[in-house]
Amino acid sequence: MLRSLLSDDLPRSRWLSLALLAIVIGLAVAPFAFPGAKSLNVAAKICVFIVLAASFDLLLGYTGIVSFAHTMFFGIGAYGIAIALTRMGVKGPGGGWEAIAIGVAAALVVAVALAALIGLFSLRVRTIFFAMITLAVASAFAILASQLSDLTGGEDGLNYRLPAVLRPSFSLSDGTLFGASLNGRLLDYYLVYAVSLVLVLGLLRIVNSPFGSVLMAIRENPFRAEAIGYRTVVYRTLASCIAAAVAALAGALLALWSSQASPDTTLSFDIMVDILLMVVIGGMGTIYGAALGAVLLVFAQNYLQDLLAVLNKAMAGVPVLANLFHPDRWLLWLGVAFILCVYFFPTGIVGRLRQKR
Amino acid sequence: MPDALLSLRGVKTNIGRYHILHGVEFDVPEGGLTMLLGRNGAGKTTTLRTIMGLWRAAAGEIRFDGRDITGLATPDIARLGIAYVPESMAIFGDLTVQENLILAARSGPFDPKRLDWIFSRFEALKRFWTLPAGHLSGGQKQMLAVARAIIEPRRLLLIDEPTKGLAPAIIANMIEAFRELKDGEATLLVVEQNFFFARALGDSVAVMDDGKVAHCGGMAAFAADTALQQHLLGLGMGEHQ
Amino acid sequence: MKRDLLPWLLVPLVIVAALPLVGSAASWVTLTVAGLAMGLMVFIMASGLTLTFGLMDVLNFGHGAFIAVGAFVAASVMLAMGSWMSADSLALNLAAIVPAILAAMVVSGVLGFAFERVIVRPVYGQHLKQILVTTGGLIVAEQLIKVVWGPEQITLTRPEALRGAFLLGDIAIEKYRVLAVVVGLVVFAALALTLNRTRIGLLIRAGVENGEMVESLGYRIRRLFVGVFVVGSALAGLGGAMWGLYQETVTAGIGGQVIVLVFIVIIIGGLGSVGGCFVGALLVGLTQNYIGFLEPKVALGSNILLMALVLMWRPQGLYPVARR
Repeated sequence: MLRSLLSDDLPRSRWLSLALLAIVIGLAVAPFAFPGAKSLNVAAKICVFIVLAASFDLLLGYTGIVSFAHTMFFGIGAYGIAIALTRMGVKGPGGGWEAIAIGVAAALVVAVALAALIGLFSLRVRTIFFAMITLAVASAFAILASQLSDLTGGEDGLNYRLPAVLRPSFSLSDGTLFGASLNGRLLDYYLVYAVSLVLVLGLLRIVNSPFGSVLMAIRENPFRAEAIGYRTVVYRTLASCIAAAVAALAGALLALWSSQASPDTTLSFDIMVDILLMVVIGGMGTIYGAALGAVLLVFAQNYLQDLLAVLNKAMAGVPVLANLFHPDRWLLWLGVAFILCVYFFPTGIVGRLRQKR
Repeated sequence: MPDALLSLRGVKTNIGRYHILHGVEFDVPEGGLTMLLGRNGAGKTTTLRTIMGLWRAAAGEIRFDGRDITGLATPDIARLGIAYVPESMAIFGDLTVQENLILAARSGPFDPKRLDWIFSRFEALKRFWTLPAGHLSGGQKQMLAVARAIIEPRRLLLIDEPTKGLAPAIIANMIEAFRELKDGEATLLVVEQNFFFARALGDSVAVMDDGKVAHCGGMAAFAADTALQQHLLGLGMGEHQ
Repeated sequence: MKRDLLPWLLVPLVIVAALPLVGSAASWVTLTVAGLAMGLMVFIMASGLTLTFGLMDVLNFGHGAFIAVGAFVAASVMLAMGSWMSADSLALNLAAIVPAILAAMVVSGVLGFAFERVIVRPVYGQHLKQILVTTGGLIVAEQLIKVVWGPEQITLTRPEALRGAFLLGDIAIEKYRVLAVVVGLVVFAALALTLNRTRIGLLIRAGVENGEMVESLGYRIRRLFVGVFVVGSALAGLGGAMWGLYQETVTAGIGGQVIVLVFIVIIIGGLGSVGGCFVGALLVGLTQNYIGFLEPKVALGSNILLMALVLMWRPQGLYPVARR
């Protein structure tokens, strides 16, 4: 049962199994174990970013191509929901769900079409070309999104109402369970959690399918794969379309959770950097690594700052050193970790854990 | 063999996962021209590239003029006096004929006498002196590639299929040029398919088969032994004409 | 059997075609100068990147860091020389700007040397790692800039002599843009002369075409590459300094913003080609300014469109570099 859920791709390491179990269970019980709006928010973000990072791993780890446009698809998903809910509202007969359906469908169509276009255009050349073109397209898209303010709300983004059952005011029952109030927020969280889980398991299925094996064969030796008869451009473009679709769904989940979408939270290059760090530090080409990386990074964003603040205080007198440990410089240290990972641990945390067994 | 300018002992070369050379052994005597023959895929080009340091030998030893050059970087090998003409010719198409030769003449301005000699053999180079080399015809590119190797005196020339796709008149000129080189200053190691060319010029011969040298010896004896040719090359060299 | 000049003709073609679209001759001149100035600044920043790619097949995604560092170093020097900057004398202004720009180039060049050693060298020939590691280098460099110069943006005022515009009838041409055009053309001329008239230049061009053969002729291409990398970084620093003066603000994100333009330019030009990079930069600068005037909302999209059009015409860019 478990074996088939994981598509026969078991963690193959006791510590990794424990860590994954901790993540799955921890996120499942998070609303009750760590009550409070902020921690629920962190938990939901982790879910969304696990999906986003895992879908990026399909490209980076399994297909061996670097796309800098992954946040673009993430943003398309978020804006799909945001625009639909803003325009159609939640007053209709479907209570907003029809808007969500339309938003998700439209986002998927746009994301897949765009991914196919970019892929067919640039994947036939070389990795570096694809990376550069995706970077250019993504930055143009981000600017476009902030320019078309009639549609997207510009720099401020969009704020909208979620369907009634997902709002805090919707109550399942009076009273609380382990300190958590049983309201629409809770439902919303479990919606995010469940969809995320399904998407990650779906990605596992894809990478362990024959399609996934072809991708890896292409990654190892594109010329050989082409010689055997696989159209590498087609396979890579397909992979990039699937990754785009999943990223758009992750964006939709974020929009359903946070009831707002803005360039900063969905399209910025900072998020792209975060995803890169998650996948590389967690371990490329494993999907599980994306999950570990996402948890690690979201935690680091929230808690590495506190640690740095302590160090910063300790060095308050020394001018540059104190700045090095400024709480806002957490990305500096993760960046260094990232570079070291690429050099010395290309398989990331998961690879290390698997070596240990 | 004390008078060997170049000697290979047990040289193995892998390209990626593929083992191409399985212990190549032969000597190139100082002075004269050695032909490196063999079927397609026998490892001739890989052998030249390994001598030049463009592939790294995984095992074995290459000695040039008594010195171990196995681990040296390509530029250092070249600076010992070895010139290389690859099968692809690798002329710089964006540069003019003149500029191609300027780069090949490492030690400075051209020696006018030598340049005249090259022009006398390869007249087209003079005619297209200031033309980007990319616009030359295939035969002219081959002339330029050879000219680049001999614009300054070098002790050893490694030449990969110099006559491939050339017109007979140009081949005759090429033969003359090589003859003058081997009778003068240089030692040549030439990969060749053209038997007429090989027999006309070769002093000694090394025949490769499946990543090894299967036969070494004098050219005259090899040219006479049709059974051996049949065995090593698949057909008598006479039939090549 | 002549050189392929078609892409060069695109530049005057675009300029002429824009006149009827823009309508007024005065705005057209202003926009054209603005476009050339912007294009040439991007060219300065992009030239080194395209050469290092051509020579060693290395694409440095961290190139933006040199641009940013150049901008910050120049800003610091100019702020320190505040009184000369604000003086109403071209000589004093230049006495502040020239050392500022030189400092920017030196620091960026040194940084480039270190970057090549530490970040780039271990990942030769491995494209995926190259992209990842150099991106990592960019992240770290951006953070280090914040450590050294603080997270706030620096406001920079152009000196007296470079403010305002030359007026020719009803045509206004910003003085600083003229300077940018002059500097850009000087850099291009210097690069073109070096590449066409010196032995080092010939070696670089030969190396871009076939590095293996250059080595077989007895030249150490690695040294050549380090040299080009350092010069390219220094030029990025120069471009960054000029860009900072142009925008009159300097932020740590400056590298990330400009690098997108730089990438578009070198893709359009054909990876590895300096001439293509020059034409591409002018095209990008001009179209962005014309379209920014005609249809401001799609200005940045116009670059993508331009890139798509060029790639449809020539899939490898304007001047594809023959590769081994």
